[in-house]
Amino acid sequence: MRRLIFLAPIVLFAIVVAGFALGLRRDPSLLPSTLIGKPLPSFSLPPVDPKAPGLTSADMTGGSPRLLNVFGSWCVSCRYEHPVLMALKSQGVAIEGLDWRDSRADATRFLAAEGNPYERIGDDEAGRTVIDLGVAAAPETFIVDRQGRVRYKQVGPITPEVWTSTLAPLMARLKSE
Amino acid sequence: MTRLIATLLAVLALAGPALAVLPSEQLSNPKLEARARKIGAELRCLVCQNETIDESEAPLAGDLRVLLRQRLVAGDSDQQAIAYIVARYGHFVLLQPPFEPDTLILWLGPFLVLVLGGVGVAAMARRAQPEGPSPAPLTPDEEAALARRLEADRV
Repeated sequence: MRRLIFLAPIVLFAIVVAGFALGLRRDPSLLPSTLIGKPLPSFSLPPVDPKAPGLTSADMTGGSPRLLNVFGSWCVSCRYEHPVLMALKSQGVAIEGLDWRDSRADATRFLAAEGNPYERIGDDEAGRTVIDLGVAAAPETFIVDRQGRVRYKQVGPITPEVWTSTLAPLMARLKSE
Repeated sequence: MTRLIATLLAVLALAGPALAVLPSEQLSNPKLEARARKIGAELRCLVCQNETIDESEAPLAGDLRVLLRQRLVAGDSDQQAIAYIVARYGHFVLLQPPFEPDTLILWLGPFLVLVLGGVGVAAMARRAQPEGPSPAPLTPDEEAALARRLEADRV
């Protein structure tokens, strides 16, 4: 029995190793959103294209659950994500866009060249709405339910894998809620 | 030469940390600006996560500096301004984590380890004490034998 005490340092070491093995593998840029389960903060943004409607938080309530995608024409990962959004649009997924710290000319050129997956786009040139949403880096995508509450935040680009494994099941569940 | 060195030292002494706070962002009211600097040094830039928002060149850090100053001008206390940003980005923006249930292990963990180590050391110290009565003193014969051995060794 007394001999067992000599195992204590080894056990302690194993615990520390396990802690580091789990902790160091976590991506420190993935921060939990403070908005999960809460209504989207209210905002009202002008459009990028003067002829199109802008985007307000009221647009995000009612109807079907939808995605709110924070993007910018300057954002490399957004370009990587863009074909996925176009594919989702063709599947009938409702996507709203929030154009972050962008010039209207650049955003218009980007969407003309790559296609426009968004039903509405809000132009957040000053970056204030993006701060209210707690966004750290584009792209980030919020899943908003019928009641306008944030249910999930995807940090980084939506890949086909992320969509099928995480986002699509959640969207299906929210649709039936 | 000494004058040159003295000048260089004086310049070095005046040099502060490299801050990214732009002149256009700064407030004309020096008291408010000083408060903004103090708070800015405690908030983490979400983009370059080990820099404060005052040190970071990231556009988001600039937006946060401007927002912070707007809150202070609007009459927020330091706590209110910090709470405003924490409400949006969570406690992660605070470079010094608050003392609360989530962070108990972080704050008290070192003391827990210290106490555990102290208990271990105390247990070992108690065990190191000789057990049972001390051995009987040497008999005269043994004393003589010991003296002989020591004498033989000395040669």
